[in-house]
Amino acid sequence: MVSFLGRTGRFAIEQVGGMGRMFSFLMSALALAFRRPAKIYLIIHHIKTIGVESLSVVALSGFFTGMVMGFQGYYSLRKFNAESFLGSAAALGLLRELGPVLSAFMVTGRTGSAMAAELGTMRATEQIDALDSMAINPVKYLVSPRIIASLIAMPLLTAIFDVIGIFGSYIVGVNLLGVSSGSFFAGMESSIVFHDVYSGFIKSLSFGLIITWICCYKGFHAPPMATGVSQATTESVVLSFVFILVWDYFLTSIML
Amino acid sequence: MIKVANLHKSFRSQKVLKGVNLEFASGKITTIVGTSGCGKTVLLKHLNALYLPDSGEIFIDGVDITQLTQKDLYEIRSKFGVLFQGAALLDSMTVFDNVAFPLREKTRTSESDIKKKVDARIEQVGLGEMGGKFPAELSGGMKKRAGLARALIMDPQIVLFDEPTTGLDPILATSIHQLISRTQKEFGFTGIVVSHTIPQVFDISDYVAMLANGVIENIAPPQAFCASENPAVQQFIHGKTEGPIQVL
Repeated sequence: MVSFLGRTGRFAIEQVGGMGRMFSFLMSALALAFRRPAKIYLIIHHIKTIGVESLSVVALSGFFTGMVMGFQGYYSLRKFNAESFLGSAAALGLLRELGPVLSAFMVTGRTGSAMAAELGTMRATEQIDALDSMAINPVKYLVSPRIIASLIAMPLLTAIFDVIGIFGSYIVGVNLLGVSSGSFFAGMESSIVFHDVYSGFIKSLSFGLIITWICCYKGFHAPPMATGVSQATTESVVLSFVFILVWDYFLTSIML
Repeated sequence: MIKVANLHKSFRSQKVLKGVNLEFASGKITTIVGTSGCGKTVLLKHLNALYLPDSGEIFIDGVDITQLTQKDLYEIRSKFGVLFQGAALLDSMTVFDNVAFPLREKTRTSESDIKKKVDARIEQVGLGEMGGKFPAELSGGMKKRAGLARALIMDPQIVLFDEPTTGLDPILATSIHQLISRTQKEFGFTGIVVSHTIPQVFDISDYVAMLANGVIENIAPPQAFCASENPAVQQFIHGKTEGPIQVL
């Protein structure tokens, strides 16, 4: 009994300690992001990696998500003779929920995992120690620019996902299922308000921060061996997905 | 210049350093020898505060670096150059950019001056035409040379060498030893080498210190070190499995 309590206590202390370290890592990366000199060239480089290089996969997944929403929306709305609201239903779903969440998943899978693997390898090959020994703060050099880049790139990727998704649902709804083009856009125009766009923007911004924070933290603190890097990569992706969904629930409940 | 006093360090339940006391002579090369896994690299990484001790002091020019804030620590670290075991070159950069990196990040030197200085250092370590290559395109020996060029680019007062010849063939190992010796004479830095390549490393060392069982067993000039009657030193030099050094 005593040993069970001891183990439980140790586990709880480790978990709380781990959360504290993660939070302090984020605070230090954010504080260093605003300390001069600004690493503009690194921010641009990471915008390219996170944003430009994720564009094709985000666009493709947005297009197919929109098409699926076209089919599913049409099927549901037809039961209430409300097919003309397809544009409105698809746009609301994409702007408020699916756009930010699915584009965040795509970026986690494509870029977040790569971030964790890259930083984990740098840890294993002493490149992070080398930065430290050259009196260059590795968090400022490696993490802060990635955080700023993801805050810029994520909302843009989400916007592209939303637009292409709406286009996909338009193709299915109007061209395949015969919903009128006018009612598709009219329904959308009458039901979408700025708050819908704004809530999607806030979500994408916070998801960008979550992805970079978790993936950089896991990579940065990966055990210095091959299995350590693979473990950090897996953990960073799984934890990012979970954090995105949990945070999405809280944001939705606040911003509904 | 560098003094280590009663240094203790453990990783979880494993006690690695159990009261290390050591002084490094300025402008000389001191080599720390010892068996694999005895804590040589751990000791080396304490000297520029990449690791912090559980207890004990490390004085650099009279300043105890174990008590410094991160900002002051970075100032102390700029006195150091480090050649890591695997060279630790940044993968995403060419040799030239790796060597130029500290100058670009830590100084306001113009690009033309950086080019002159970096080209000179790359030439000094014998990598004349390799400036445009990436680390993945270099052999082990070339990586070490590039790492040495980067370690020397800021004209450091102290250079740490972590197993500079591990994984190299004997000829290449000798050439790296000669390079360390030549650059030390040229720049006059205090060199601290961690190695278990004996007796070759004795040729470049002014002093040899032996770390065993978590403490410094002996420190002396190479000849006196070899003649020492310390049983741990004799066991290590002659590669015996029986003696005071526990073989894991």
